[in-house]
Amino acid sequence: MVGHIVTFVQHLQAHARQLPRLGRAGSAFLLALLLVMVGTGQALAQAPEGTANANPTLTTMLGITMGVLGVGLLTAVLISFVVWATGTRNPLIPTDEEMEHSFRRYFWFSVDHKVIGIQYFWTSLFFFFIGGLMALLVRWELAQPGLTFTPDQYNQFFTMHATIMIFLFIIPMLVGAFGNYAVPLMVGTFDMAFPKLNALSYWLVPPGALIIMAGFLAESGTAKAGWTSYPPVALQGGAGQMLWLLGVFVLGWSSIVGGMNFLVTIMNMRTKGVHYFRLPLFVWAIATTAVLAVLGTPSLAAAVTLQFMNIAFGFPFFDAAKGGNPLMWQHVFWFYSHPAVYIMILPAFGIVSEIIPVFSRKPLFGYRALVYATAGIGVLSFLVWAHHMFASAMFPWLRIPFMLTTMLIAVPTGIKIFNWLGTLAFGKIRLETPMLFSLALVSMFVIGGISGVFLGSVPVDLHLHDTYFVVAHIHYVLFGGSAFAIFGGIYYWFPKMFGRMLNESLGKIHFWLSFIGFNVAFLPMHAVGALGMPRRYADYDIAFTELNLTISIGAFLLGFAQLILIYNMLRAFQVGKVAPANPWNARTLEWLTTSPPPHYNFEEPLTVDHDPYDYGRRISSPEALPVPGD
Amino acid sequence: MGGIPFFPEQASTHAGRIDLLFLFLLVLTIFFTALVAVGIVYFAVRYRRRHADEIPPQTTGNTRIEVGGMVGLLGLSMVAFFWGAWLFVDLQQPPANTLEIYVIAKKWMWKYEYADGQQSINDLYVPVGQPVKLTMTSQDVIHSYFVPAFRVKQDVLPGRYTTLWFEATETGTYHLFCAEYCGTNHSRMVGSVIVMEPAEYEQWLAGGSGASADGEELFTSLGCASCHQTSGQGPGPSLVGVFGETVTLQGGETIEADATYIRTSILDPTAHVVEGFEPIMPTYEGQVTEEQLLRLLNYIQSLEQ
Repeated sequence: MVGHIVTFVQHLQAHARQLPRLGRAGSAFLLALLLVMVGTGQALAQAPEGTANANPTLTTMLGITMGVLGVGLLTAVLISFVVWATGTRNPLIPTDEEMEHSFRRYFWFSVDHKVIGIQYFWTSLFFFFIGGLMALLVRWELAQPGLTFTPDQYNQFFTMHATIMIFLFIIPMLVGAFGNYAVPLMVGTFDMAFPKLNALSYWLVPPGALIIMAGFLAESGTAKAGWTSYPPVALQGGAGQMLWLLGVFVLGWSSIVGGMNFLVTIMNMRTKGVHYFRLPLFVWAIATTAVLAVLGTPSLAAAVTLQFMNIAFGFPFFDAAKGGNPLMWQHVFWFYSHPAVYIMILPAFGIVSEIIPVFSRKPLFGYRALVYATAGIGVLSFLVWAHHMFASAMFPWLRIPFMLTTMLIAVPTGIKIFNWLGTLAFGKIRLETPMLFSLALVSMFVIGGISGVFLGSVPVDLHLHDTYFVVAHIHYVLFGGSAFAIFGGIYYWFPKMFGRMLNESLGKIHFWLSFIGFNVAFLPMHAVGALGMPRRYADYDIAFTELNLTISIGAFLLGFAQLILIYNMLRAFQVGKVAPANPWNARTLEWLTTSPPPHYNFEEPLTVDHDPYDYGRRISSPEALPVPGD
Repeated sequence: MGGIPFFPEQASTHAGRIDLLFLFLLVLTIFFTALVAVGIVYFAVRYRRRHADEIPPQTTGNTRIEVGGMVGLLGLSMVAFFWGAWLFVDLQQPPANTLEIYVIAKKWMWKYEYADGQQSINDLYVPVGQPVKLTMTSQDVIHSYFVPAFRVKQDVLPGRYTTLWFEATETGTYHLFCAEYCGTNHSRMVGSVIVMEPAEYEQWLAGGSGASADGEELFTSLGCASCHQTSGQGPGPSLVGVFGETVTLQGGETIEADATYIRTSILDPTAHVVEGFEPIMPTYEGQVTEEQLLRLLNYIQSLEQ
C-alpha cells in the first residue's frame, strides 16, 4: 500500500512538468483551491465544539481528522482529475481500454456515461439505506412519547435523514444515475458532451458525502440544525455544521457541473432526426432540471459560503447579535431550495411519462402540453420561494404575490396528471412493476400536490406551517413522487443497465408493501400536523401518541419493503433472466441497442424518423433489435 | 361548524374562518384524489391488455379538453387564491382596541410582560372576548409562537419585533408550541395560553409587582427623562401620548410610533429624527437588555395624555 502511494507520488512528480498545459488560469485555480483546503482545515480545528466541552477530546479530533480526510480526498480527486483529464498516464491505473470490460472501471474516472450512471446508481442506493436508517431512528424515538435518545442525537438524525435523502439519494439518483445513463441513449448519441467533466461531477460526490458524514465522529456530532440550516441555530452547530456546509458546497458544485453538461448534450448531441419535439419527456425533464441546477445552485453555494465564513471567521452575515440578518439566509437558501424541490420531482415526472405510454401502448397524451407544463413549472419554481416564509418576519404584504405564484403552479401540475390519465384512457394496459409504481405516483402526487395548496394559502399556512402537515406534504411529494418514480425507473431500466431482468413477483410484493407502508406512515402525519404537533420535536404531548405509533409502524413496514428491492437486484445478478434488448417493447432510442449497450452505445449512427411514443407499429419480438424507422 | 375530525378545537375568532377555507381545500383534495384513483383503477381494469400484441387507437391529445382543463384548474386555483388573500388581508390587521402584551423568547422558554407590571413564564394569561396583540422578540435564535387552537403562528426573531394578534372566544387552557426549530430542547419550549373571564383576568393582573413602575425607574436612571420631558420643553420630544400615533420626521416623512419605531429610536437614535429636533441622542445599543427595552416600551405606552 505504502509502496503504491510512493510510486504514485514519484509518478506525479515525474509528470508535474506536464501541468503547465493547463495554462496559468488552471494553476492559479488549483493553488487557490489548496489555500481554501488549508484554511478549512485550520478553521475546523478552531471550530467551537459547543459550550459543554471546551477542550477537544479524542472523538473531536477523530471527527476533525475525518473532515480533513474528506477535504483531502476532495483535493486528491481534483488533482487526479486534472492529471487524468490532461491525458497524463498513471502507471497504477489501467487505461480506459484496459478497463473496458473490467469491474475496476467503476472505481476510477471513466468517460463512459453508462459507467458514470452506474457509479451514481450504487452510490445513491447506498445512501438511500443510510438515510432510511436515520428515518427509522427518528420514528423509533417518536413511536412513544418520552425520550429514548438524547434530543441532540434526535436532532442529528432528522438533519442527516433529510440531508442524505435530498443531496445524496434523490438528486444523484434521478439526475446522476438515470439522467446520465438514459439521456445520451435517448437522444441517440455515443456519450455526454463533456465526458471528462461528467466524470468529475460524479467524483465530487464521494468526498462531499465523506465530509458531511465526518460529523458522526465529532464530539458535538453531525450538523443538527435541520437540512434548512437556519441561523442563528445553525451558527452554534460547531464542527458538524461546518462540515455540513462544506459538504453541501461540494455536492452543489457537482450539480452545477452536471447541469451544464446535460444542457450542452441535449442541445448539441441529438442524433439525426431527433428535433426538440421528438425528445422523450424524460429528456425534457432533465433539461429543465439542468437549467434549475445551473441557475439555482450557485445561490446555495453563496449561502453556505456566507454561513461558513460566519461561523469560521466571525463574519456577521446572519448573526443578529452582530447586526447581521438571519432572515437573509432564508431568502438566499429558499431561492435555491425551492427550485431544488423541482429538481427532485421533474425527472420523476419524466420517468413516469416514459413508463405510462409503454405499458399502455399509446403515445403520450398531449405531448406538447406536457413539455410546456414542464418548462412552465421550471420558470414558476423561481418565483415562489417565499411561500416557505409566510410565518417569518418578512414584509407581510409580500405574502400575497407569493401566494399567487404558488397557486399558479397547480395549473401545469394538474395538466400533467390529466395527461397521464389521458394516456391510460382507451389504452391496452399491462400492470407490470414499473407501471404500478408510476400509477402510484400519479395518485399519490394528487395528495402531495393539493396539500401544497393548503400550505400555499397564507391563512391556512399560518396554522399548518412547521407542523407535521408539512412533513406529510414533502413525503407525499418526495416519497410518493420522487422515490416511487425511482423504483419504477429501477424496474424499467435495470434490464438495460445490467442486462438482467428483475423478478416480477418480488417487484409486485415490493410495490404493495411500499404502497401500504407509505400510506400508513404518511397519511396520519397530515392529521398530527393539523392537530398542531410541530415538526422537529423529539418529544410530544401524549394526545399525539396513537397517531405517532401508527406512523412509526408504517415507517418500519416501508423500510422493510426496501430490503426486498435489494434482494431482487442481488438475485437478478445470480439467477435473473438475461434481458433482451427491448424487454418492454418500448419505442424510445435506448431500446434500440443491446442490454447493456456497447461502449459507444449504438453500432452505427442512428437516423430517427419517428416520434418517441408511436406505438401504432407492431414489434414482433422483444429479442429482435428493431430497425430504426421500422 | 362543529369542528373537523383531527383538528384542534376552535378558540379564537380566526379559527372558524380559517377552518372553512381548510375544509374547502380538503373537499377539493378528497374529490380529486378519489377522481384520479377511480380513474386509474377503472382504466386499468377496463382497458387491460388481453393479448401481448394488442394495439389501441393511437390518440395523441385533444387541445380542446386540454385548454378546458387548464381554464378549470386556473379558475379553481384563483378561487383558492382570492379566498386566501381576502381572509389574510382581513385577519392581518389587528383591531384598534387591542390589549398589548410583550413576549420574550429564549432557549427554551417564553416570558411575558403585561401592561400593569404582571409577569409570567411560559403560560400566557389573556381575557376572553378581547383582541390581544403580542409584540415579540427573541434573545437568541429564531423561535415561533404557535397556538393551534387559535390558528395563529408568528416567528420570533432576535434583534427585531414581530407581532401577532388574536381574540380568544372560549375560556380554557390551550397548547402553546414553539414551531421554529430552536436547538436541543425545541420540543420542551411549550406552554399554555390561559383564557379567563375579564373579571378574573383583572384580578390576576392586580397581583403584579408593578413592573411599569420599573419602567419609569429605568426611564429616569438611563437619563431619558432629562431630555424627553413631559412638558415638551426639553431637547428631545415629549413622549406623552406618542405611542401608536403618527410622527412627522425631518424631511416631512411620517412614521407610525409603534414598538419597532421606539425600539429603533433607542438603539439607533439617528435613524428617525423627529421634525424640529437635533440628532443629539446617544445610542443605547448594548446598554439595555431586551427585557429592559420592553419595560421602557411598556412605560412609554402608559404615558397617556
